[in-house]
Amino acid sequence: MATEHTAKAFDSDLQELTRLVAEMGGLAERMIVESVDALIRRDVVLGQRVVAADAEIDNLQRVIEERAVLTIARRQPMAVDLREIVGAMRVAIDLERIGDLAKNMGKRVAALESDFQPLKLIRGLEHMTDLVTSQVKSVLDAYAAHDLPAAMTVWKGDEEVDAICTSLFRELLTYMMEDPRNISFCIHLMFCAKNIERIGDHATNIAETVFYMIEGQQILDKRPKGDMTNFATTVPGN
Amino acid sequence: MNELSVSMSAAGGPVPPVALPEAPAKVTARGLNFYYGENHALRNINLTLGTNRVTAFIGPSGCGKSTLLRTFNRMYDLYPGQRATGQLMLDQTNILAPKLDLNLLRARVGMVFQKPTPFPMTIYENIAFGIRLYEKISKSEMDGRVEKALRGGALWNEVKDKLNASGLSLSGGQQQRLCIARTVAVRPEVILFDEPCSALDPISTAKIEELIQELADDYTIAIVTHNMQQAARVSDKTAFMYLGELVEFDETSKIFTSPSDRRTQDYITGRFG
Repeated sequence: MATEHTAKAFDSDLQELTRLVAEMGGLAERMIVESVDALIRRDVVLGQRVVAADAEIDNLQRVIEERAVLTIARRQPMAVDLREIVGAMRVAIDLERIGDLAKNMGKRVAALESDFQPLKLIRGLEHMTDLVTSQVKSVLDAYAAHDLPAAMTVWKGDEEVDAICTSLFRELLTYMMEDPRNISFCIHLMFCAKNIERIGDHATNIAETVFYMIEGQQILDKRPKGDMTNFATTVPGN
Repeated sequence: MNELSVSMSAAGGPVPPVALPEAPAKVTARGLNFYYGENHALRNINLTLGTNRVTAFIGPSGCGKSTLLRTFNRMYDLYPGQRATGQLMLDQTNILAPKLDLNLLRARVGMVFQKPTPFPMTIYENIAFGIRLYEKISKSEMDGRVEKALRGGALWNEVKDKLNASGLSLSGGQQQRLCIARTVAVRPEVILFDEPCSALDPISTAKIEELIQELADDYTIAIVTHNMQQAARVSDKTAFMYLGELVEFDETSKIFTSPSDRRTQDYITGRFG
């Protein structure tokens, strides 16, 4: 926003909201990285730390919601200001869900008892996490900078995450068929892969919010989708 | 796999804002200009007031919104040196025609002002006075018309037992509703509101706003207001005016969520004006 409000306090209300969302975003990014790190290294303590951090992110979401409601009540925002506030609330909801998904992975660390740890799987998971983390980071930057092209790049860039998720699913199915003792481990990892994929979906939700904040309307196109896990089977050729 | 399918159907369809169907034009301005002597107060205004729609006019002080409202019933004719050019039609009637019967025009286009202006007479007479100007009717008929008008002004229940009390004995909000009733009494087609709530408390304001929306069932309404939330609440369409120009005229829902013009945006978000 180029110009300031006549009521200066309104500007600081809006800046505070944006700052809180950025703080929440930073926390969410850290939770994603640490939860996957904990999974790969079987670091139960780190997993617990991610679980604990979720309370913090939940609390930030409540604070953002309260501030937003208060600002609406006090300033009766219109147009771009109204969209800014609604946008902050929506982004906060997505970040809170990202926190929940990371927390869920943190919890699973303790359950991964087996020594079974095929390197290829781990690499796939890491690669997927890198992609998703960079998606989340990019979309939060786009949110902060009101950068529509950057947000649209994130919006369109979820396909690769979906594709990796699908191939991980197939691989996990194969391991489970090879040896039933792998099932427990593979199921947990399957949920984790799905969690990461969902975090990617939340990143695209945030991109849609950025679109709404800038353009003043909901995005019309359908997003490209590559997640075929619903159809993943062990039948060759599928 | 149920859980998985949830995230896959996440893409939401388009949600276009719901717009009212275009109403037939009641008042139409084409290339309307207005001058206070040398001062060019309205510049090339083009717009239509839809029949039975509420149209709000917003803009900073001196932008010409009240001036525009006053051209609709040629209130400006009361003052020398003021003139309008261009085209301004009420249905098929040329409002700017020099020989137009102004009394008839003002019966068709009623006006409610910022400050309530009841006549210094009884509540009953405040209403009956206007009706008598245009019609000769019996006492019983008049009683019926007065009651109907006071009901139309959402005032009947509060004053039915004291119709002979002075109009000035009422509270500010009641006085304003009396003025609305007085306007409604002569059965106009269009009602102009010039800042009707700026002298009223919030409850009285809410009553007037409620009333304006009810009145839109029977009348075409134009309202000038400095209160943007009021414009957002009561109107179907909103016109933003600045320096004598009509900057933006669109659905109210569009103007207050996503205006097209930068100046509209800056004004409604409190960045100038």
